[in-house]
Amino acid sequence: MLKLPIYLDYSATTPIDPRVADKMIPYLVEKFGNPASRSHAFGWEAEAAVEEARVEVAKLVNADPKEIVWTSGATESNNLALKGAAQFYAGKGKHLVTVKTEHKAVLDTCRELERLGFEVSYLDVKDNGLLDLEVFKAALRPDTILVSVMLVNNEIGVIQPIAEIGEICRAKGIVLHVDAAQATGKVVIDLATLKVDLMSFSAHKTYGPKGIGALYVRRKPRIRLTAQMHGGGHERGFRSGTLATHQIVGMGEAFRLARLEMGAENERIRMLRDRLFKGLSDIEEVYVNGDMEQRVPHNLNVSFAYVEGESLLMAVKDLAVSSGSACTSASLEPSYVLRALGREDELAHSSIRFTLGRFTTEEEVDYAIRLLHDKIGRLRELSPLWEMVQEGIDLSTVQWAAH
Amino acid sequence: MAYSVKVLDHYENPRNVGSFGKEEEGVATGMVGAPACGDVMKLQIKVGRGGVIEDAKFKTYGCGSAIASSSLVTEWVKGKTVEQALDIKNTQIAEELALPPVKIHCSILAEDAIKAAVADYKKKHVDQAAG
Repeated sequence: MLKLPIYLDYSATTPIDPRVADKMIPYLVEKFGNPASRSHAFGWEAEAAVEEARVEVAKLVNADPKEIVWTSGATESNNLALKGAAQFYAGKGKHLVTVKTEHKAVLDTCRELERLGFEVSYLDVKDNGLLDLEVFKAALRPDTILVSVMLVNNEIGVIQPIAEIGEICRAKGIVLHVDAAQATGKVVIDLATLKVDLMSFSAHKTYGPKGIGALYVRRKPRIRLTAQMHGGGHERGFRSGTLATHQIVGMGEAFRLARLEMGAENERIRMLRDRLFKGLSDIEEVYVNGDMEQRVPHNLNVSFAYVEGESLLMAVKDLAVSSGSACTSASLEPSYVLRALGREDELAHSSIRFTLGRFTTEEEVDYAIRLLHDKIGRLRELSPLWEMVQEGIDLSTVQWAAH
Repeated sequence: MAYSVKVLDHYENPRNVGSFGKEEEGVATGMVGAPACGDVMKLQIKVGRGGVIEDAKFKTYGCGSAIASSSLVTEWVKGKTVEQALDIKNTQIAEELALPPVKIHCSILAEDAIKAAVADYKKKHVDQAAG
């Protein structure tokens, strides 16, 4: 029995896997100790749970547990990484490099660093959403101290060439930060081979709880950070604040399950995503945003030309999807990520991001396909742009009355 | 975004969707907005003898509020003279549909569409009178 609305917004957040929730609950009630309490068994028990979780997070990305610092989520990890590294290495230079399609947690942090006197280059991407390595190399300067490039884009799901970027940065002694919030459980991450110095993680994109994340801080070669949160000196001074044991336990279990199940899970989800893509591709004037090969298996971002995005979301209210990312969907602006791909306004305004996940079924995908066929047809009957195109008018030659 | 009952009604059951033949007697067209802004409205009126609007049709590319505003306007202009149609104000449209502040521009666009359609009618009318 199909339950409506259908959740196809797994990149906004995921439900906590019931197995994860089961593991968390004892730490709310009986096992409530403060992991920093060294003088009794309550503390020892909590500390053991935190360290077990740290091992699990490290294992998913092939890192040393000592390289994992708990934070409140990927936004905090990005802030700590960028502000912490920029401030610590400010004596070496003042120049940072990032990409226009990064998450706001990176872009806004960079803006703040600009206010503090740093200089930031925001690089364009190719029309498939991927960073051009030649453009990247050309942007580096002798005073570049820090680079931040995301592994998987939250809107279009493309996978940036982090391995190559890492080689370039390491050769020049530049610190590389990677926002991997959307990548865990989706792509294999091997920090033993990737030359990445700092990496941000989030639990709630990978079937763990909200409000918990981690920052990977490389030990060899050692990366130093200026702490942004001061207090009891938790997390070896990187991030003070009493650890949220239950959240950490949840993240550890979620990442353990991701490590064990991602191989099979991603194949199943890729099959569903491809089924959705095939089902939508016989609608006229449908365009995929972002590279289809260098892409995570659960993301499909498509534009339906000549249909406006907000009315489209209204028409498909039986589907929980997003137009752009959750952080920007309340605004009337078209997605800055799609703009960066060079999409014309009509297409940037009419995109839908479908992100499938662990609990998506074939029946749900088929329902979505039928619904979209029906609603796109209806909205195009309403669209003067569609009518003009059918009459053979080139919209780019029309003089619009701007308002 | 929470929509009012009236917006939802017009969005689900838009009134007078379509187009008149361009060569039809008394037809005038107003097209306003731009794809870059996310809204384009096309309002057509069919004006009979005595300058009375006998029929109206619309097509809109835009959000639910833009669709509802233009749908409402097609109902309101019918039976009015072109001069009376010009008296329809965006505030009346916004009030009728209970548009939130961020959607007021949709009602302004609908008012502009009426003005544009009437201007097109007058232009053709003058041309005809002159010819």
